[in-house]
Amino acid sequence: MSEDVRRGDGSPNSAPYSFGGEWTPSDFEIQRRADRKKKVRKNAFIAAFSSIFVLGTLMTIIVTSPGWKVLSATFFDWSYGFTILPKILVGFFESNVILTLIASASVAVIGLTLALIRTSRSPALTPFRILATIYVDMFRGIPMLLIILLVGFGIPALQLKGVTNNVFILGIIAVIITYSAYVAEVIRSGILTVHPSQRAAARSLGLSNFQTLRYVVLPQALRRVTPPLLNDLVALIKDTGLVSILGVTDAIRAAQIEASRTFNYTPYVIAACIFLLVTIPLTRYTDRTLRRSIERQNAQGQA
Amino acid sequence: MSMPVLEVKEVRKAFGSEVVLEDISITVPEHTATVLIGASGSGKSTLLRCINLLELVDDGIIKLDGQEITSVDTDPDVVRRKLGMVFQSFNLFPHMKVLENIILAPMRVHGMSRDEATEKALELLNRFGLSEKADQYPDRLSGGQQQRVAIIRSLAVAPRLLLLDEVTSALDPVLVNEVLSTVRELKDHGMTMVLATHEMGFARQVADEVCFLEKGRILEWGTPEKMLENPTNPRTKDFLQRVHEAGRL
Ligand SMILES: Nc1ncnc2c1ncn2[C@@H]1O[C@H](COP(=O)(O)OP(=O)(O)OP(=O)(O)O)[C@@H](O)[C@H]1O
Ligand SMILES: [Mg+2]
Repeated sequence: MSEDVRRGDGSPNSAPYSFGGEWTPSDFEIQRRADRKKKVRKNAFIAAFSSIFVLGTLMTIIVTSPGWKVLSATFFDWSYGFTILPKILVGFFESNVILTLIASASVAVIGLTLALIRTSRSPALTPFRILATIYVDMFRGIPMLLIILLVGFGIPALQLKGVTNNVFILGIIAVIITYSAYVAEVIRSGILTVHPSQRAAARSLGLSNFQTLRYVVLPQALRRVTPPLLNDLVALIKDTGLVSILGVTDAIRAAQIEASRTFNYTPYVIAACIFLLVTIPLTRYTDRTLRRSIERQNAQGQA
Repeated sequence: MSMPVLEVKEVRKAFGSEVVLEDISITVPEHTATVLIGASGSGKSTLLRCINLLELVDDGIIKLDGQEITSVDTDPDVVRRKLGMVFQSFNLFPHMKVLENIILAPMRVHGMSRDEATEKALELLNRFGLSEKADQYPDRLSGGQQQRVAIIRSLAVAPRLLLLDEVTSALDPVLVNEVLSTVRELKDHGMTMVLATHEMGFARQVADEVCFLEKGRILEWGTPEKMLENPTNPRTKDFLQRVHEAGRL
């Protein structure tokens, strides 16, 4: 915005079009800009002062409280934390990260397929539509922990030949099953919010049903649901920790093993920090895409 | 006279129990424009959507270039390749630039190469004074410009027949004229058209035939002079009177 306001300083590339020729701001405008700057500086000062005051007071209260010493020794023992950091990191990268990568890729494909089946109107797909609906209703309604237990312990109990007993793989499958249902619903809602006239316009141009989906409906739908999908990704990253219940040595399990050995809870805090290191930037990014997508929708003309 | 481009014979359409079109017959010879007028809800859009096979007729026949398009084994996609249609609003695809909007159908439906399609599109944009908008997204265009691009887009596949559904009704009066002059130019170049409009002055300028619809029936039809100046049907008179009072004549 401020870039636009400042055009007219005479440099040729500051204005996209230069009708009206040269323009020097009036004295009044110059004064107003100075005032505006002053105001911005004042606001920044107030914000900084108030933050330091409030946060500083809180810190002082916490640190000077009687329990602080023992609390910081059991939860924030950084030198101990540093020695076990590698173990937790290994768990994080070998389990949580790999799980997230494999699961999110599979979920994208399966979720999209389910959404397409559910929104299709082809009579041939009717049985699949019914199945997809049942699937989504079921797996959105069952707590994921239960699915993990059912898949992780239930499938090996069947003792089927050729079916894996690997808890890591079973854990991934459980996560994929659950998240595909979530993501299918998000994508479906995106498809449904594309205005019906867009479809009509595409069909009027002679595009086939599939081409309409491929070039007109899906690109708009996916763009619209990017923020909620990113939210699901953050949730997925956190939920990969749940497979630790099957005995997969992920970051949480690694921390648990350490903590139960030393009765110090710093490993948990370390694990939490590692998750935050990934999830906070992603959440910030999600916020930004959300804001941008709202702006874009507001700007969208009607005609 | 040669075969008409479009023939609609005794078409009927109902949504549930509500009869929206009843006994509709129109004939549109090549290089002529037929204008549908009538109050809101009289069935103009539905008729255009039936011609475009976006709705299935309940009875009657529609022929394009002498071929029936309402038979069960007509492929709607093949028919739509010969038709252009522009709606009241939401025509352009917001995620594509103007140029991409225009070349989509020529490339994907008509198998044109990107270069060829682009060249044709730029030619059209140039002809209608919109060439500097080629690289913009639709939301950067005024409503009138968006509708003109929508019209250009439907022209890019060289349709036999252009269907325009109140292309100006979502626009404010200042923008209406630029769109209307685009349509007028198409008419002057011999494009065959069926259009629904509330702009009577415009109807008079482009129409070869005006049809007045009420409650799904064509109550009266004829040349614009006859229809707009000396209508015989009292309902037509009544409608024009009301339009006149609304200041659109
Ligand atoms: N898909 C539909 N389902 C049910 N009724 C419909 C449907 N489409 C249109 N109608 C009804 O058909 C009638 C005619 O609608 P249509 O859109 O053709 O009118 P119109 O003459 O184009 O009006 P306007 O000038 O307001 O655009 C209306 O009563 C409308 O409610
Ligand atoms: Mg209408």
